[in-house]
Amino acid sequence: MKKNLPLTIAFIMGWLGILLDYIPHKVSEVLMTSITKGLMVTIAIVAFLGLYSLLNMHWIKIKRKNAGWGYSLLVFAGFFFMLIFGLYNQGDLFWKAQVEQGMVEWIYTYIFTPCQETMFSILAFFIASAAYRTFRAKSMEAGILLVAAVLVMFGVVPISGKIWSGFPEIAQWLLEYPNMAVKRAIFFGIALGVVSMSLRIIFGIERSYMGGEG
Amino acid sequence: MEANQSNLKKDSIVIVLFFLALIVVNGILVGTGKLKFGTEGFGIMVAAALTIALYSFLYQDNPIFKMAEHFYVGVATAYLFIVTWYSVILPDVILAWKDVGGTDVWVTISKSLAIIVPTILGLLVYTRLVPRISWVSRITFAAMIGFGAGFAIPNYITSHILKQAKPSMLSLWTAAGPQWGAIVIFVGVITTLVYFFFSVEHKGSIGFIAKVGVWFLMISFGASFGYTVMARVSLLIGRVSFLFGEWIPLIN
Repeated sequence: MKKNLPLTIAFIMGWLGILLDYIPHKVSEVLMTSITKGLMVTIAIVAFLGLYSLLNMHWIKIKRKNAGWGYSLLVFAGFFFMLIFGLYNQGDLFWKAQVEQGMVEWIYTYIFTPCQETMFSILAFFIASAAYRTFRAKSMEAGILLVAAVLVMFGVVPISGKIWSGFPEIAQWLLEYPNMAVKRAIFFGIALGVVSMSLRIIFGIERSYMGGEG
Repeated sequence: MEANQSNLKKDSIVIVLFFLALIVVNGILVGTGKLKFGTEGFGIMVAAALTIALYSFLYQDNPIFKMAEHFYVGVATAYLFIVTWYSVILPDVILAWKDVGGTDVWVTISKSLAIIVPTILGLLVYTRLVPRISWVSRITFAAMIGFGAGFAIPNYITSHILKQAKPSMLSLWTAAGPQWGAIVIFVGVITTLVYFFFSVEHKGSIGFIAKVGVWFLMISFGASFGYTVMARVSLLIGRVSFLFGEWIPLIN
């Protein structure tokens, strides 16, 4: 029961996923729409477990006064700050459609977006420092990689076009042709890998989703 | 213990100095009329403080960064909760019951099941919190992963094989002459595939083709790297122009 029931469900749902895509009938289209919509609902409910897990981890840290527990308080501060205004919903409360204005928009504009952009832009420094350490043209392959990277980096900034109009064209050509060719070859590999892994899941050979006890 | 106390004291000083500096700079900006004190002005102050706090990590890990990071995690988590609630749970689970009902019994049943089944499947995952019955959560994972696997087969074959193969096999030579773009793509695809084909030893002509495949791979990795770096740099430019354009108006 513990093993066979999930394997049977995966088998049935897997075949359903394949057949519904290949049967061009109104019933299969309706069924496909309602299953995908239903899975969105399931995923949304499951997401709350992750939320619980995160908050629980920080709560334990505060309760035990582990190192850095004060920072965990800020997780709760940020969480409730956003949550209260989100659920208040400009007075309409959380059982009516979301009002796209007010404090939630303010928090999104002045807290969420700046933090997100800053975190991503910090990566520019790390990528640059990693590149400095690894981009040594010690072999022909490394040299090709270095030249391609420099040409694209230089080609996408406006000043390159002012120095020589060919720089942006070269960057665009590198992205559209050699880069696209390699991406297509990699796509073929990914697709074959996904198909084989999917078949393994459907036929119960791949069972890692059962938590390693299958 | 003493080291901890000393670190705590050092951290407190850094935090106090950071907030003092912010108060002074914002005070000057508001005092000189360069920043209006209102909803927008206060928002700019908060955004600037968070931006500087997060960038402080470039020097080293520090309490200011940790504070901003943890606060951001909390806000982002609640944002995820709110988005999930208003875009999925509210319309598809709670308000969807309004559409259930009518004269046709079968329609009523199918609509009810469309709400009840996914909700129960979602709730079953919470059995993971009770070790004795945690295996029940496998039902949900099996349904989700099984359907995802089945759904992926036709879709990946279409999008990643068929739709990619067609534009890779265009005419290499037409009445207008050699089609260099098509030639580069054709050669690139074939040589890269040969490089990843390990059933044959990469020797002789196969070895040469595989080597050309490696050159193509290097060009692609370099181009992707360069493009990613510039995307991140454009975000950096955005943040710097915010700090020195909107917050402290030094640049136009």
